[in-house]
Amino acid sequence: MSEIAIRTEGLGKLYTLGRSRANKYRTLGETLSEAAGWLRRRNGSHARETIWAIQDVSFEIGRGEVVGVIGRNGAGKTTLLKILSRITEPSAGEAEIRGRVGSLLEVGTGFHPDLTGRENVYLNGAILGMKRVEIERRFDQIVAFAEVEKFLDTAVKHYSSGMYLRLAFAVAAHLDPEILLVDEVLAVGDAVFQKKCLGKMGEVAGEGRTVLFVSHNMTAVRGLCGRVIRMEGGHITADSTDVDAVVSEYLTAGMEACACREWPDVETAPGNDRIRIRRARLEPATITVSTPFQIEVEYWIRKPGTRVGLSLFVHNQEGVCIFNSTTAREPCWHGKPHPEGLFRSVCRVPGNLLNAGSYTVFVKFYQGGAKGVLYQHTDLLLFEVQDIVEDRGEWFGRWPGAVRPDLRWTTAAVTEWN
Amino acid sequence: MSSAAAPVFRIRPERGWVALRLREVWEYRELLYFLVWRDVKVRYKQTVLGAAWALLQPLATMLVFTLFFGRLARVPSDGIPYPLFSFTALVPWMFFANALGQSSNSLVGSANLLRKVYFPRLVIPVAAALGGLVDLAVSSTVLAGMLLVYRVELTARVAWVAPLVALALVVSLGAGLWLSALSVQYRDVRYVAPFLTQFWMFATPVVYSSSRLGEPWRTVYGLNPMAGVVEGFRWALLGTGVAPGPMVAVSVAAALVLLATGAYYFRRMEKTFADLV
Repeated sequence: MSEIAIRTEGLGKLYTLGRSRANKYRTLGETLSEAAGWLRRRNGSHARETIWAIQDVSFEIGRGEVVGVIGRNGAGKTTLLKILSRITEPSAGEAEIRGRVGSLLEVGTGFHPDLTGRENVYLNGAILGMKRVEIERRFDQIVAFAEVEKFLDTAVKHYSSGMYLRLAFAVAAHLDPEILLVDEVLAVGDAVFQKKCLGKMGEVAGEGRTVLFVSHNMTAVRGLCGRVIRMEGGHITADSTDVDAVVSEYLTAGMEACACREWPDVETAPGNDRIRIRRARLEPATITVSTPFQIEVEYWIRKPGTRVGLSLFVHNQEGVCIFNSTTAREPCWHGKPHPEGLFRSVCRVPGNLLNAGSYTVFVKFYQGGAKGVLYQHTDLLLFEVQDIVEDRGEWFGRWPGAVRPDLRWTTAAVTEWN
Repeated sequence: MSSAAAPVFRIRPERGWVALRLREVWEYRELLYFLVWRDVKVRYKQTVLGAAWALLQPLATMLVFTLFFGRLARVPSDGIPYPLFSFTALVPWMFFANALGQSSNSLVGSANLLRKVYFPRLVIPVAAALGGLVDLAVSSTVLAGMLLVYRVELTARVAWVAPLVALALVVSLGAGLWLSALSVQYRDVRYVAPFLTQFWMFATPVVYSSSRLGEPWRTVYGLNPMAGVVEGFRWALLGTGVAPGPMVAVSVAAALVLLATGAYYFRRMEKTFADLV
């Protein structure tokens, strides 16, 4: 780390609840009655409820580093960016920034619906801190990037949401700061747009600029960032150049509980007097799109002679059933009368099948003789399939499609001219 | 690598009275320009009459005043035809009232900018107030027309109009800074501002003349800085009676105090804007 671009020391931001959140502004009446109350109980406990949105945040970022900031909603990521971009003032500590800062907490801030595309480029550029000559110099690039040449003199309120976003991002993308602070602005728009944005981000990151990048897109963080800072409850809980390790840890935190569930007591386990579930789990617990894995279900048969078949459904986040598989071709026990006891059924899922995302498992136990359902359990498991960065080229956005097969391609010349 | 010239920002909690940082406002003058330009451009979009509204408002007000105060109440007008007498005052007054209204609502209206982008916040109310100058230019052409119709002979005093407009701008900005900063925390301002403007108008010699006041009261009246502006306008354009020199001087002092206190209060509250707006 040769030269420091951003340095923070004990940075903290205190919010007063009830005033800054739900009821942000107050009326004169409230202030007057508060003042009256204060006079009455001078020494009374008048402490309003406060919350540290971030607390004791210290780090140093060298020039040219591209740092991802990850964490769940409310972890303080945006507050940190707001302080560093001077939108809001810290309550404690200090930060030092060396270089021209461009911050992008939202695309299209200040766009006016009644103004034309051309006018908004100038307005928005000025709002983001560009000089007029800079905007003029880059105007053609911006318009080409946004692909709105034909609609430059149309009011943006008549734009489709895609055009609007493209134009808004195009202006922001042509900012030329030494330090770029970016919030989750790439989460909007369709896949094509996201692809474009992330490509541009990659370009910016590759130019040796210092970038602080807040994102929930772990694939993008993995692909773009050389270092990652994880925040939890306003504190930094990890800060490392081993991006993969921090990201995996973050993704699996709280996830294992759902990737393996156990009910040790047969009397209270989910089920009925014929069948009860003892355990369900994913093996291994953390998987990527390329890893084969298995789904194991252990269950007690409580009534001897029960003929059991298992039917397993895997649904993606959108609720689409990705596959359904049954024990129908399982050779040993399917449809045969089971004695009382504990059984384990395992379903092996190959790698390169599921796309990245989170999935739920739904299990149905049914009577071998088509007499119907013995027991069913929705959301038995919840698991996450992580994306991989390999073989993706410049593209870090969501891979389209419900499944993600690794297909073979061949190309051959059929006829050659000349 | 331009690291040697890289600016260094220190971000830390500010306490007590803070610097105005006017130089930074100057650095953002292009943003100021674009915001004024946007306000002007957008103001009369999707209106049938467009910029004609800038004419109609003072004209209609002048007609109503002429009817009620001039004809019915027979308010003395220093020997000037009442329509001309009231319109000469209405032009700066309307400019002031619009600029004040726009700037006091400007921060709450720009909430999204405040929450998402950094720039010196002073730019917002200043841009809002400056936008009124365009309407002033439009209504001034009507005033010029009326001066012609009534065959008023202009003198070198006309040159005083420009500084008087600047004075009106300072007053509207001073009050606008106070109200806009207050409005971030107290939305009551939205309802108070129109009232205040109305009362202020009747406390200002718009429909009547201050010439019947004897000294020193006329000079004291200058503590309402808009009184100095309005009487100054009449004196400069219509050549009424005694020069309101001392009165205008008092007004200038009052306006500067208003602007300075407004600016400091604004800067003091500025750090809370993004969290409260």
